[in-house]
Amino acid sequence: MSLLQALLACDAVLLALSVVAVSAARRGGAGTFVYGVALALSLAMLAAAAAALIGRAAPAGLTLPIGLPWIGANFRLDALAAFFAVVVNLGGAAASLYGIGYGRREHEPARVLPFFPAFLAGMNLVLIADDAYTFLVSWEFMSLASWALVMAHHREAGNQRAGFVYIVMASFGTLSLLLAFGLLAGASGGYAFDAMRAAAPSAGVAGLALALALVGAGSKAGLAPLHVWLPLAHPAAPSHVSALMSGVMTKVAVYAFIRIVFDLDGPPDWRWSAPILALGAATALLGVLHALMQTDIKRVLAYSTIENIGLIFVAIGLALAFKASGLAGAAALAMTAALFHSLNHALFKSLLFFGAGAVQTATGERRMGRLGGLLNRMPATGFFMLVGCAAISALPPLNGFVSEWLMLQAILLGPQFPQWTLKLLTPAVGAAVALTAALAAACFVRAFGIPFLGRPRSDEAAKAHDVDRFSLAAMAALAFLCLAAGVFPGVVIDTLKPVALAVAGAAMPLQAKIPWLSIAPIAESRSSYNGLLVFLFIAASAAMAASAIHRFASDALRRAPAWDCGFPDSSPATQYTAESFSQPIRRVFGGFVFRGRERLDMPAPGETRPAVYSLTLRDPVWDGFYTPLGGLVGAIATRLNRLQFLTIRQYLSVVFAALVALLLVLAAWS
Amino acid sequence: MTNIAVDLVFQFLQMTVVIGLAPLLTGLVRVVKARLQRRRGPPLLQPYRDLARLARKEAVVADSASWLFRMAPYLVFAATWVAAALIPTFATGLLFSWSADLIAIVALLGSARFFLALAGLDVGTSFGGLGASREAMFASLAEPAMIVIVFSLALIAGSTQLSTVAAAMTAGVGLRVTLGMALIALVIVAVAENGRIPVDNPATHLELTMVHEAMILEYSGRHLAVIELASMLKLVLYVSLIICVFAPWGIAIADAGIGDRLAGAALYVAKLGVAGVLLGVFETSIAKMRVFRVPDFLGAALMLGLLGALLLFVSRTLK
Repeated sequence: MSLLQALLACDAVLLALSVVAVSAARRGGAGTFVYGVALALSLAMLAAAAAALIGRAAPAGLTLPIGLPWIGANFRLDALAAFFAVVVNLGGAAASLYGIGYGRREHEPARVLPFFPAFLAGMNLVLIADDAYTFLVSWEFMSLASWALVMAHHREAGNQRAGFVYIVMASFGTLSLLLAFGLLAGASGGYAFDAMRAAAPSAGVAGLALALALVGAGSKAGLAPLHVWLPLAHPAAPSHVSALMSGVMTKVAVYAFIRIVFDLDGPPDWRWSAPILALGAATALLGVLHALMQTDIKRVLAYSTIENIGLIFVAIGLALAFKASGLAGAAALAMTAALFHSLNHALFKSLLFFGAGAVQTATGERRMGRLGGLLNRMPATGFFMLVGCAAISALPPLNGFVSEWLMLQAILLGPQFPQWTLKLLTPAVGAAVALTAALAAACFVRAFGIPFLGRPRSDEAAKAHDVDRFSLAAMAALAFLCLAAGVFPGVVIDTLKPVALAVAGAAMPLQAKIPWLSIAPIAESRSSYNGLLVFLFIAASAAMAASAIHRFASDALRRAPAWDCGFPDSSPATQYTAESFSQPIRRVFGGFVFRGRERLDMPAPGETRPAVYSLTLRDPVWDGFYTPLGGLVGAIATRLNRLQFLTIRQYLSVVFAALVALLLVLAAWS
Repeated sequence: MTNIAVDLVFQFLQMTVVIGLAPLLTGLVRVVKARLQRRRGPPLLQPYRDLARLARKEAVVADSASWLFRMAPYLVFAATWVAAALIPTFATGLLFSWSADLIAIVALLGSARFFLALAGLDVGTSFGGLGASREAMFASLAEPAMIVIVFSLALIAGSTQLSTVAAAMTAGVGLRVTLGMALIALVIVAVAENGRIPVDNPATHLELTMVHEAMILEYSGRHLAVIELASMLKLVLYVSLIICVFAPWGIAIADAGIGDRLAGAALYVAKLGVAGVLLGVFETSIAKMRVFRVPDFLGAALMLGLLGALLLFVSRTLK
């Protein structure tokens, strides 16, 4: 059995599992069974995909007699699909393991269990689809399964709105992809990807298809201004599904974009890259600034996903620009950075959502203002969260740093661009990436520090306990992978080699040849980084300092009340909160980005009413784009409302007129 | 093999030299400032005595502190020390210099700040939170400024490896507008990152505008000693970085003999002294800023750095 057949078989079993789960969901132990089987299948698919990627298997195709009758359902497993299948199934396996423990506390299992395996299967099928029809069906399947999971707790406040916004955006995104594939297939309707590859689209068609792919895949990935559904929908789902949506489903969208733009859309034009770079940088900055303003821990993570997607699109834009300018080596570097960051983000974002879910389980709270001091109460969760926060803040020697380092190295090749637009755009994008990275570190100091450090701000937080072993095991595995990918980045880069070769037309130099496990994107004299040595260095220095201190300094330690400059206040309410922590950054950036207004209503001396502080932040995207758009749609709908009150005679004439108009269009076309 | 042994010795020597000199530089700045203010001031070696005194005392840890509070000083120190070990002080071609480049050095300092800010939040007092939140705001501008400065240097030298950059600078790259801009920006970043006047006041313990001191307010005893040493080390690190990039004369290049290296070491100490005096004069002659003027100050560094990098990106292909 070939690897592709194995993947398809696993997907079929996942779909069958969904059907079984519909009837079995209410029985005791159903959760353990469903998640256990999903875990086994995810691991099997992970092994198959990894075997295809590492074994440099030649692209293999397969056609099933379902789908469109004249082409059937085509599947194909190439390096790009295999890499993303590794990412998806890694995330899927971790989420299933987490679900074994987390799912036991689910109060409505019948609304979660049937959709979870279906969601996994949908994502996997998108990756191996090899014709537009199969791709779009799988894509829509993935969207609808995740929508059902978002609506699992539909009685909670805000979740119905989240589901509505999500389904509208998802439908719109699928429509854009449908049109993109339609353009690429051309008038003859070659819907198989092979036919699209063979047909060279004209420049106008290719540009339009790229724009549509950017809208279609970008809306699923969370590219501004199409990101608005993401911070609503991702936190609404159960936490392991949030992890899948944020960490994994956005990567499927990244895959779709790479597949269409680099594989199907013909030779690239450098002009395409400018909007991608600009949108990516804007998304990254907007995402991280939003994340800094949020007080709900899962919303912080969702906005941080938007930021990371922005970074990935920056790297993809660079790869496209380099490839179009004939700089294949640089394109390989940028593409490797994008792929590496996709893997990294899947690892640490899943880990962080698992941690947030554990906090929610232990305290019933997602608002950071009600948490605090959890590191003492939940030491294991706290430690894994700390690793995740350090990784996503791009701190060496963890994995987030390596991919951002590669990204900066790619940006440093910017002066090689022959085009002035790109020459001027690249350093600006580089500064935006650096600003994003610094703000992300601030964001995760806050996201870890407020809930996990300090003193408990509520009784629930004071009484929290660590969660079950399965959830902890899932977090431990991901935290370990974050460290491993950071310490041995050369292994990951070498594994990505066939993907970069297929997509960018070249690959980074083989890293395994460089002594001491260093990585060097271009040449060692130019830049190199050794995660293992930095890790050992830090560990050795810390150990040396600690042992010197314990050898020569006093060992005495006394616990006492906090000093606080002599004026300690016993109330935990006097601590810094999530809002006050970001106040300086809000004052620096919030004024023009969010039109933030602070108002303090201080009663005059002698008055007994309380002082009131109020803060208003506006979302520029909602204000500037969606609210007018919604108004426009409403106005048009009101006009069209008349059509609902016609007589049968008038309806028939409308139908006749539409038919004639369509026939005229068809006649004019051919 | 003997070569590697010699390199290893020199790497170790550089690591111990920076740590040995760190309190001296801080002491020198204090003495210069005191003399300029017509005070007698503490003796030059006072920082060493302070560190020894702190190490001998018992550590008092707040009841609400977690294990992170006790781990953080060592992590902060280790990250700073590793970053300092990667900067060529008196000889380039350090044994481990290829293990991390300038971007990694910036990120290592970011790690140190990350854990220090967390330690500030750990006890759950308002002062700690205040320091952490303001440090986060400063860092969110200082770190990108530093990265765009790195862009400029990397494009001029064709490498982000600090040893290569230093060698290129020694060989001479001529006077460039970009270099001037990068120098000003780097000095601004260094002043802000080390919490010196006009951004923060290293001499204060009870002032509402304090940042660094507020974060470490709950520390005492050996923990405080380690943190103090780390911040002294950070000052040496930034000064060494500026020296190594903008005044690399006399630095021993990779295969230099023992004599050259010793001369380089003497020159390096002299340069540190000059930098310490300049810093003392600068701090005495300027007034501290309000906290919300600092973003403008750091924003200027970011813009200067970006402008310099932009000039390079554009001028690279003209020739």
